[in-house]
Amino acid sequence: MKSIKSEQDHGKLISRRAIIMGTMQTAALGVLGGRLAWLQVAQGSKYRTLSDKNRINVKMLAPSRGTIVDRYGVPLAVNGRNFRVLIVPEQVKDIESVLRALQSHIDLQESDIRSVLKEAKRNAKFVPIEVKDDLSWDEVAKIEVNLPDLPGLSTDVGQRRTYPFADATAHVVGYVGAVNEREIDQDPLLSLPGFRIGKTGIEKKFDKELRGEKGTAQVEVNVVGREVRELDVRDSHSGERLILTLDGELQRFTQTRLAQERSASAVIMDAHTGAVYTLASSPAFDPNLFISGMPFDIWEQLRTDAAHPLVNKAIAGQYPPASTFKMVVALAGLRAGLVNSNRTSFCGGHFQYGKDKFHCWKKHGHGRVDVMQAIQHSCDVFFYELAVELGIEKIAREARLFGLGDKLGFELTEESPGLVPDKEWKLGYNGRKWQVGETIVTSIGQGSLLATPLQMAVMTARMVNGGYAVKPWITSNGLAPNSKMVGKWPKMDVKQSHIEMVLKGMEDVVNDRGGTAYASRIVDEELAFAGKTGTGQVQRITMAQRKAGVKNEDLDWKQRHHALFVGYAPYKNPRYVCSVVVEHGVGGSKAAAPIAKEILLEAQRRAPHKAMVGEES
Amino acid sequence: MSGPIFMQSDQSLMVKLRHLNWGLVLLIFIIASIGFAALYSAAGGSWDPWASRQMQRFIIGMIGMFIIALIDIKWWYKLVWPAYFIGIALLIVVELMGHVGMGAQRWIDLGFMKLQPSEMMKIAVVMALARYFHPATVDDMRRLFFLIIPAIIVMVPVGLVLLQPDLGTSLMIIMAGAGMLFIAGASIWLFVAGIAAVAAIIPIAWNFFLHDYQKKRVMTFLDPESDPLGAGYHITQSKIALGSGGIDGRGFLEGTQSRLNFLPEKQTDFIFTLWAEEQGLFGGAILLFLFALVFYYCIWIAMKCRHNFGRYLALGLMINFSLYVFINIGMVMGLLPVVGAPLPLISYGGTSMLAALIGFGLIMSCSIHSDSKVTR
Repeated sequence: MKSIKSEQDHGKLISRRAIIMGTMQTAALGVLGGRLAWLQVAQGSKYRTLSDKNRINVKMLAPSRGTIVDRYGVPLAVNGRNFRVLIVPEQVKDIESVLRALQSHIDLQESDIRSVLKEAKRNAKFVPIEVKDDLSWDEVAKIEVNLPDLPGLSTDVGQRRTYPFADATAHVVGYVGAVNEREIDQDPLLSLPGFRIGKTGIEKKFDKELRGEKGTAQVEVNVVGREVRELDVRDSHSGERLILTLDGELQRFTQTRLAQERSASAVIMDAHTGAVYTLASSPAFDPNLFISGMPFDIWEQLRTDAAHPLVNKAIAGQYPPASTFKMVVALAGLRAGLVNSNRTSFCGGHFQYGKDKFHCWKKHGHGRVDVMQAIQHSCDVFFYELAVELGIEKIAREARLFGLGDKLGFELTEESPGLVPDKEWKLGYNGRKWQVGETIVTSIGQGSLLATPLQMAVMTARMVNGGYAVKPWITSNGLAPNSKMVGKWPKMDVKQSHIEMVLKGMEDVVNDRGGTAYASRIVDEELAFAGKTGTGQVQRITMAQRKAGVKNEDLDWKQRHHALFVGYAPYKNPRYVCSVVVEHGVGGSKAAAPIAKEILLEAQRRAPHKAMVGEES
Repeated sequence: MSGPIFMQSDQSLMVKLRHLNWGLVLLIFIIASIGFAALYSAAGGSWDPWASRQMQRFIIGMIGMFIIALIDIKWWYKLVWPAYFIGIALLIVVELMGHVGMGAQRWIDLGFMKLQPSEMMKIAVVMALARYFHPATVDDMRRLFFLIIPAIIVMVPVGLVLLQPDLGTSLMIIMAGAGMLFIAGASIWLFVAGIAAVAAIIPIAWNFFLHDYQKKRVMTFLDPESDPLGAGYHITQSKIALGSGGIDGRGFLEGTQSRLNFLPEKQTDFIFTLWAEEQGLFGGAILLFLFALVFYYCIWIAMKCRHNFGRYLALGLMINFSLYVFINIGMVMGLLPVVGAPLPLISYGGTSMLAALIGFGLIMSCSIHSDSKVTR
């Protein structure tokens, strides 16, 4: 009986303990439930964020770069199609054998295969690898047809900047290139692999406008980073279309003409509006090579060429304006009342100032000349005499009024300031006092005086438009349309009668027998142009050379004179202004004037001022 | 001693079937179905490769469970020691094979499934303890000398499992043994002393017995964020998945953490995470509640049973089952170290499904044969 009672007691004990156990388990489940509630309710949003961070990658979508067109809408920089062939490693058993098979269809280098294999090891298996880009349409077709035998391969179309005018617009339009560390700013686009930004020219200056805005795609990724689906796509906005005032064909014509010289540059602009029609610098380069890959030997050649093909000499080149500066001196003289139609000087071939002897370019002199004849024949002695009376300050003031001596605020940042020397500059430059001899050489555009071809064109424009302070511009964006620019430029303090005297001299330079550019005249009265030659000394002509009668063209190329010309057409109703500089071209009348004649004739033939896209005619 | 085994008892087969705990069967079926749904989702909305195989195993396991339930408890009482020693023998076989094979091999390949002897051993230990405690009196339980045999019953398989090495399973066997000791009426002071002893042993075990990977698991448990991409990765991702589920969950097949493979082992150890990510607090709590009902049902069976063997067996197997539940769910929530314990009836895996259903078969056998005269 004892055992039965004991067993009953034990049964009760077991039941009691079982209930305690059940209670403990309930408590444990309660803890688990509480923990679950804490994670899912109290911390839910935190973990939800972490979960989204895990799975959502934000991918940037590159915008397409804005195109650049000339005034007629002819494209100067566009996004061409770049056909590529890609391989996805996970879809292939043996990458190398597939690439070998591809070799029988397209030209594929050993090094290309090696780099693909290397890349394949580095990346996740599902990331496509570019096997080759810049494929021709034929090659793409060949690959597409043979795709069943080429597992894992696919073709796609990317964008590539192309410049249809190639070297003709190389300096103005510029080119794009890979982003370097210095250029990285807040725009996250720049960190996108393969993203290109403007490196020179318009591409650089207006990079922000052309670049466009990034788009984003939120993509869901799995634990190894494979994209599973797109969640939210915000499309990119392509960059602005940029319209240049340039006339592409006139630009190409000028560039081709300049290419006949070793090194030259030219500007054609509108005398009234300031619109630049042509900005040419030769030799140039093919900007497309910067995109597709510049062969080393070509790069070396571009870099070391003494004619500086990479520099836009039309705005960055600084030259002594030489005799093209004589109009400015004449206007300074007229303003000061030192010159009128009656003033004459006698040119005997040289001018004596103290002990110093200043030669006229014509050894035996021009005889007696007035201001118009002095311009027509480019008589130095007339201006030597005038300069001594004027002094450097009045000459410098006149030069600055006509746009020399400082940057013009042109859109292209490569613009050089030039130099108009005066007493203050001299003191700051080397602490010495200004000498009258310096005024004398400045009066014929030599000495320290420097101007860019663009400045010389502007100088001419401000004379032929009747004294309006026109400035050059090349992008229509942000500026009033072409036609509305006429008369909007501020009127300068110049007397019309003074300008007319100077312009008469320039007419005679080209159109009067005996003028320095008579050989280059346009016979058709309607198209005839006017202008001024200039011959810039690169180094002083020594007495020995003068006595020996050494001809300048016999010297080394680097020592020959620069040939310059500024002009306008038609002279009866001026519209187009040009400046031409032929580096070491020996003489303005021989080398520069013929170019001016051809490009002004072409400009008048094309008449770019009559049309511009985006403008109501 | 003639005739079919089912007819040995006083009840007919039909009576037995009527007495079968259909409520418990229904609970098991519901929990297992949640498992199928979770496995279907784990495969990205596909019956293959997990859900379909798991259902086959469940059906086979259910048949086994019914057969076990219908066999008189007396037979199971008689089979305790053979089962225990076969279990020990299998553990030794695994140990020897493990030396031949690579590293820690824990299973025997039976062709249709990989049998983990340690899982079966857990049941055998519970059965052995139940048999040993069956004739014990309250006074016996108070004698320390009486408890030497149960200690041996527990520690021999624990030692063998530790050799595998499988710390988690050995700890679970010890805890199940301790639970049964508690049920059987051992002094509370014994447990106090035991806990104190464990506290004293931990530093020694840490320095001399734990493998590096085991130490790392414990360290990771203590501070999972310290190594978010290494050992702490599992638990960090699991917590993110659970937390992101919120109250109503991400929706069926919408759990991004599991679908995008951020969640490791989503079909086995971390299946509760997948369920709670997709079904939220609501779904998680329902599952916890279902488990609670299972526990209570088993306790009710034990209390209703009229022989101690049945009480011990039912409670011991229930403790065993609940330990899995607590350890697995505690682990995925970051409350316990990652020890690699499946969630019974839900995690993908043949052995754990089979072990759970065998356990429930025995519990039901206790219930059906609660009046059986089990010899002392």
